[in-house]
Amino acid sequence: MKTARVAYAGAIHTARPHPQGLQLADGRVLAEADVVWLPPFEVGTIIALGLNYADHVKELAKELTVTTKDEPLVFLKGPGSLIGHRGLTRRPADVQFMHYECELAVVIGRTARRVKAADAMGHVAGYTVCNDYAIRDYLENWYRPNLRVKNRDGGTVLGPWFVDAADVPDPHDLNLRTLVNGEVRQSGHTGNMVSSIPALIEYLSDFMTLQAGDVILTGTPEGVVNVNEGDEVVCEIDGIGRLVNTLAGDAAFGVNA
Amino acid sequence: MTLPETESPPFVSAVPSVAFPMAPFRLSGTVYGCLMNHRPALAALGEAASAAPYKAAPKAPVLYVKPRNTLAGDGARVVVPADAAELELGAAVGLVIGRTACRVREADALSYIAGCTLVADISVPHDSFYRPSVRFKARDGFCPIGPRVVPLVDPDALTVRVFVDGALVHETATGDRFRSAARLLADVSDFMTLAPGDVLMLGVSHGAPRVRPGQQAGIEVDGIGRLNLHFVAEGVAA
Repeated sequence: MKTARVAYAGAIHTARPHPQGLQLADGRVLAEADVVWLPPFEVGTIIALGLNYADHVKELAKELTVTTKDEPLVFLKGPGSLIGHRGLTRRPADVQFMHYECELAVVIGRTARRVKAADAMGHVAGYTVCNDYAIRDYLENWYRPNLRVKNRDGGTVLGPWFVDAADVPDPHDLNLRTLVNGEVRQSGHTGNMVSSIPALIEYLSDFMTLQAGDVILTGTPEGVVNVNEGDEVVCEIDGIGRLVNTLAGDAAFGVNA
Repeated sequence: MTLPETESPPFVSAVPSVAFPMAPFRLSGTVYGCLMNHRPALAALGEAASAAPYKAAPKAPVLYVKPRNTLAGDGARVVVPADAAELELGAAVGLVIGRTACRVREADALSYIAGCTLVADISVPHDSFYRPSVRFKARDGFCPIGPRVVPLVDPDALTVRVFVDGALVHETATGDRFRSAARLLADVSDFMTLAPGDVLMLGVSHGAPRVRPGQQAGIEVDGIGRLNLHFVAEGVAA
C-alpha cells in the first residue's frame, strides 16, 4: 500500500494512488498538481548516511580524509529541512556547487533498541524517496558535514509516497536515478550500499533507540552535479516513487542578491 | 516471512516535561548544540585549529543535532556506556525560540527568544572535532533539559556552575563568545529556520568537567535554576 499526506481545500489528508492522480480518504479524486504534497509521514529523527555507496566514495576521493572502514558515517538533520514532493528549494545565487542526492529513505515502524541485524527488518515500516541537497561551497571541517551544507531549509525532500515494507520484497534490489531537466545524471543500485539497512539498524540501535517515524537516509551513489535556479530535479526509485523538486532563486524567498 | 506488526503513521514523539509558563508553552523537541563558540575552547586548540584536518578556524557556527532519543528532564538518570570510563558534562544555556525565526537580524534576534533553560549536553569524550561519530553525542538520555523556561535575562552575562557530588567543579560565564546569543541566532537562522519551542544552545564553555558512574551532578544558573542528574553504569538496574 502507498499513502501520501497532502494539503487540499483547507485540510491535511491521507491520500492513495489513483489512475487520475490520487484519491483522498474522503473519496475525492484529484490530479497530482491540485494538491500540496507534504512529507508522507510524521517525521521523527532524521538520520543520514555519508559515503554509503562505494562508487560515490570514489567520486569524492580527492577530498576524503576518513573512510567508512571503522563505522558508518552518520549525521543528523532537523525538521526544518523537510519539504514534500513538487516543492521549491532555494538555491542561493552566490554558490558554485549545490547538488542533489537521491536516497532510499527507510522509515522505522517499531521501537528498535539493541536490535541485531537478523531481526532489524521487522522494525521497518516502509520506504520513501529522499533528495538530500548539499551546498559544498559551505563545507567546513568541524563536525562534518556541517549543518550549513546539509541542514538548510527545504534541503531534505521526502515523498511522494510512503510505501509499506510488505510491498518491497528486497530493498537492496532497487534501481535509483536522478534526472535534471529530463536527463539522467545519477544512477545506482541499492545493492551497492556499503552498510546494508539491517547493518545500519543494528549499528544505530546499539546507542540510540530508534522510534516509529525516525527515518534513515541511506546515502547516495555517484553522479552528483551542480544544479541551478529553475532546474527540475527528479529522484526516482523503482517501486518506491518519483520525487520532483524545483530549484528557486533568492528573489522567490525575499532575499536580495 | 511475516513481518511483525508495526506502529502505523501518524507517529508520535515524546518531549520532556519542562515548566514553560509562556508562549509557546512547550518544547518542540528540536535541540541544536553549538561547539567552539567559547573563545577559550578554540584557543585551547592552538595551532591545531588551522592545521589538518580542520585547515582553518570555523567560519559558520559549529552546530549539531541532539535527537529526540537524547532528551530527558530534571533528575535524569544518565547511563555511562560500558566502553567509556567517564562522560563529559557540558553545561549550556538553551535559548528557547518563541516565534518562527528565519533570517532574523542581530538587532532583533533576542525578541525571537521566549526564554532560557538549562541543557546538559553530554558526550562521550572525544579529541577530534572533524567528523566525530554520532554515538558520542546522540546516545539515549544524553540531553537532559530543564527544569523550567524563564523569561530572558541577559543571556550573554550568566554565570554557569556545575556541581559534582556537591562540590563546585566548574564555574564559567556565558560571555566571551565568538557569537553572542543575538549574533548566533542571526547566523543560524540565515540558513535554517527555527520554530517556536526549538532550543538552540549558546554553546558549552571550555573545560567541561568529567563525570563517572555513581556520581550526582547539578547545573545551576542564577535566575534559571538547577538541573539535577545522576550517572549510572551501563547494566545497573534503575
